[in-house]
Amino acid sequence: MLGYTIRRIGAALFVLWAISVLVFLIFFATPGVDPAARIAGRNADPATLEQVRRSFGFDAPITTQYLKMMNHLFLERDLTSFVNRGSRVVPQITDALPATLSLVIGAAVIWMAVGIAMGTAAAAWRGKAADPVITLLGILGVSMPVYWLGEVINLFTQSRMHETVFRWVPPLGYVAPTENPWQWFLHLIFPWLSLAVLYAGIYARLLRGELIGALREDYVRTARAKGISERRILVRHALRCSLIPVVSLFGLDFGALVGGAGLLTEVVFGIPGIGHLTYNALQNLDLPVIMGTVMYAAFFVVLANAAVDLFYARLDPRVRHV
Amino acid sequence: MISSKNGPWRTAGRQLIRNRPAMISAAAFLIILLACLAAPLYAHHVAHVDPLASNIAGTTVVDGRTADLLQQSTDGLGLGVTPLGPTWDPGHYLLGADNQGRDVAARLLYGGRNSLYIGLASAFVCCLLAAVLGIVAGYFGGWIDAVLARLFDVVWAFPVYLLAICLSVVLVSGGLHIGPLHLNAGSLLLPILIIAVIYVPYVARPLRGQVMALRERDFIQASIGSGAGDWRIMRREVLPNVLPTLIVFLPMMTALNMLTESALSFLSVGVQSPDASWGTIINDGLGLLYTRPVVTVAPGLLIALTAVALNVLGDGVRDALDPNARLRGGA
Amino acid sequence: MSEPLFEVTDLQVSFRGRSGPVNAVNGLSYTVMPGQVLGVVGESGSGKSVSSMGLLGLIRDRGATVTGSARFQGRELIGMPDRELRSVRGREIAMVFQDPMTSLTPVYTVGWHIAEQIRAHESISKKAARHRAIELLAEVGIPDPARRVDAYPHEFSGGMRQRAVIAMALACDPALLIADEPTTALDVTTQAQILDLMLRLRETHGSSIMVITHDMGVVSEIADRVLVMYGGRAVEAGTCREVFHTPHHPYTRGLLASVPRIGGEKLHRLPTIPGAPIASSERPTGCAFAPRCAERHDACTMQPLLTGDGHLSACWLTAPEVPA
Repeated sequence: MLGYTIRRIGAALFVLWAISVLVFLIFFATPGVDPAARIAGRNADPATLEQVRRSFGFDAPITTQYLKMMNHLFLERDLTSFVNRGSRVVPQITDALPATLSLVIGAAVIWMAVGIAMGTAAAAWRGKAADPVITLLGILGVSMPVYWLGEVINLFTQSRMHETVFRWVPPLGYVAPTENPWQWFLHLIFPWLSLAVLYAGIYARLLRGELIGALREDYVRTARAKGISERRILVRHALRCSLIPVVSLFGLDFGALVGGAGLLTEVVFGIPGIGHLTYNALQNLDLPVIMGTVMYAAFFVVLANAAVDLFYARLDPRVRHV
Repeated sequence: MISSKNGPWRTAGRQLIRNRPAMISAAAFLIILLACLAAPLYAHHVAHVDPLASNIAGTTVVDGRTADLLQQSTDGLGLGVTPLGPTWDPGHYLLGADNQGRDVAARLLYGGRNSLYIGLASAFVCCLLAAVLGIVAGYFGGWIDAVLARLFDVVWAFPVYLLAICLSVVLVSGGLHIGPLHLNAGSLLLPILIIAVIYVPYVARPLRGQVMALRERDFIQASIGSGAGDWRIMRREVLPNVLPTLIVFLPMMTALNMLTESALSFLSVGVQSPDASWGTIINDGLGLLYTRPVVTVAPGLLIALTAVALNVLGDGVRDALDPNARLRGGA
Repeated sequence: MSEPLFEVTDLQVSFRGRSGPVNAVNGLSYTVMPGQVLGVVGESGSGKSVSSMGLLGLIRDRGATVTGSARFQGRELIGMPDRELRSVRGREIAMVFQDPMTSLTPVYTVGWHIAEQIRAHESISKKAARHRAIELLAEVGIPDPARRVDAYPHEFSGGMRQRAVIAMALACDPALLIADEPTTALDVTTQAQILDLMLRLRETHGSSIMVITHDMGVVSEIADRVLVMYGGRAVEAGTCREVFHTPHHPYTRGLLASVPRIGGEKLHRLPTIPGAPIASSERPTGCAFAPRCAERHDACTMQPLLTGDGHLSACWLTAPEVPA
């Protein structure tokens, strides 16, 4: 297990490094693109351009540029926006982090709980009413634009039915849990649900398939021959093994959520997280902010993946030796 | 190759045709596709509008009376304007106007053309790239595989939207210029290429595993033993064996790519104004959500409908051709 | 003669097929005496595994029906509610399956599996169960059992895993052990060790054994009585000696002829039984073996009954009276 942990952390560090190089190359070495002009923002004056060139060392070799950039981002953490002059990027990101984590973790808890429950139910009562519902939800989950679903939810909770059923729904926005936990919860409940309902469908469908496969395995027959109850066979044997692929997918989706669907949901529900920051930066092509948020989000994703993988190794003894 | 004599393809085809949800989905997708292709006909001959030009001062006829496309708001302070709502009259702004006075119904069709074009084209490009890379990596193994597999791992771990945003931010405003290749800023080829590239590992990784397993099989070993060239074996022996998986991935990738396109367009780094896609129309509707929800709801419904159709069709194709094929996760 | 431990009479197992029900097992009867080893032989598809799975309620297919009678220590297993049957499975009748690679849940240690078996039927502490697991592993010949008890199945070799599975099966001292192709997935030396182990454990645990196999060699090594199955029916039954030395049924003769013999006359080709086992859905109305039988004659269009005195056979050649 220790050897595996070390190897996994090593792999995560490699991916982190590779991603930083990849992002750097996209922004700074795309042919036909002047990075200085990009970083300075639209219609920058020559003085700003000159300042940018000096700050990032654009006349130096590309490796030096890379190191300078990493220094700005992670060591000095003094990367500044040129669109909103003087505002530092990294503190904005760390300020936005709690909102993003609140959204993503809350949604993840809901979708894992609901997804596992629904998937298990569907596999246990195969061919009954729950089954097609879950198949449908699973297909909707991969077919509906998450941000659009959020918009439609807003349409009802904030406008059309706000005077009747949804009187209790607070206006869009975010309240820190340290400030008022109940308001934090109320503000986040619909963003959570809009993310979770789709993912729950996807996971339930995946788990259902895995479970049905597992229930056909030889080890389930062995367990039956041992005289164990059906419920224990389902939970301790079949579900336990079926969770393995689900967890490995969770690592990827959780990451993708921080940097993707979560980003859009933040915009739609006005949650001031990293996604919102990225969105605003995209509207006025504020490159340093985009670079910063992408880098930090990607790093967070890789860390989350590594953590999930370590958990995964606890779930599946076979991978510890690979 | 798909020939009528070919047993497995024929069985699969028969199974697919018997699969009612898949066939209904295929029909629904075709109807949407044809409707979107007919966008110019609708715009010129039915609605008589130019869906790309803004028409702030324009008027149309509702219930026999002339109505402004953008009306002064009546509620609150009376500041600002609200576009015309749905008239349910195909000749006169069926679904109303957007905040630039453009016909929403016509834009939906034009936007659908772009969304579907980008989705389909990027799915093809993606599967093509992934097939080449996956087969090469899986077949040759060794350092070629090591490099490619690492590359897949990195892109796999990178949230796709972030990668797409990076590429789009750099390319969409300035275009791509490599040597003789010039793609202008507004070109639809940019989002197509970007989306195709970011999803390559999704397809290439399962293919690579499949090819690695195939390579150990007797008939490939026999070909190698009989002295056939690598490229010939890859083309004649490996490709036909992974083709079912590729075909299974196509409809699912089209749906996924269409969703990605809409998200990028929503973030304003996809299709660029005045061109439309379903994603940009949702974005146009953001500010009008509570007054004219149709501008937001309609394109989203169309995206969801198309994607559901493609995914159900994809499920059917998978059941018929390759039940084990799986894109990342549930899809 | 003492009471039989296990008495199966007229067992029928059928599945819902595309065109009506398909009989996988048709009128099978046999008995297992205490302490006896019964060998059930047959080709794949002869219904030999399905019959034992059906008895214990291990066929979960909704379209399957099991009828007939199976009396085990005076209790009727067929029609027994699943809850009660569960207390028989593992406790009274244990099973060992073919492939030890896949028959253990991969995420639990070998000790966990054995402890689960014990704790399913006895209320003892985890610690005591673990202690028993170590003892059992030692008994089946696993070296360093105190350490190996915490190993995962994938860390065991095939033979070791089958030993662990047998240890698990014997954990509750079952009266009957049903071993379904216990050695098929193993290499030859390991096969002999496992058979040896099973015979030894029969002594210490006092279990009867039913070995289901396609391998005449395995049967000759381990069985007291032999039951030969073809097409879902018993075609010959008798003591090991009777069946091997004076086989009555042409199918049994074919099976025996296709086993290579050391010291026998040198053959250019091993004799085979022509044709392939037929699918249970397309069995002929008469003797199921008739299409492949070299000695078939007009009577074979009728189903022969299993008859004889002690040494039974279902063939018109040995039947006391042949229909006109």
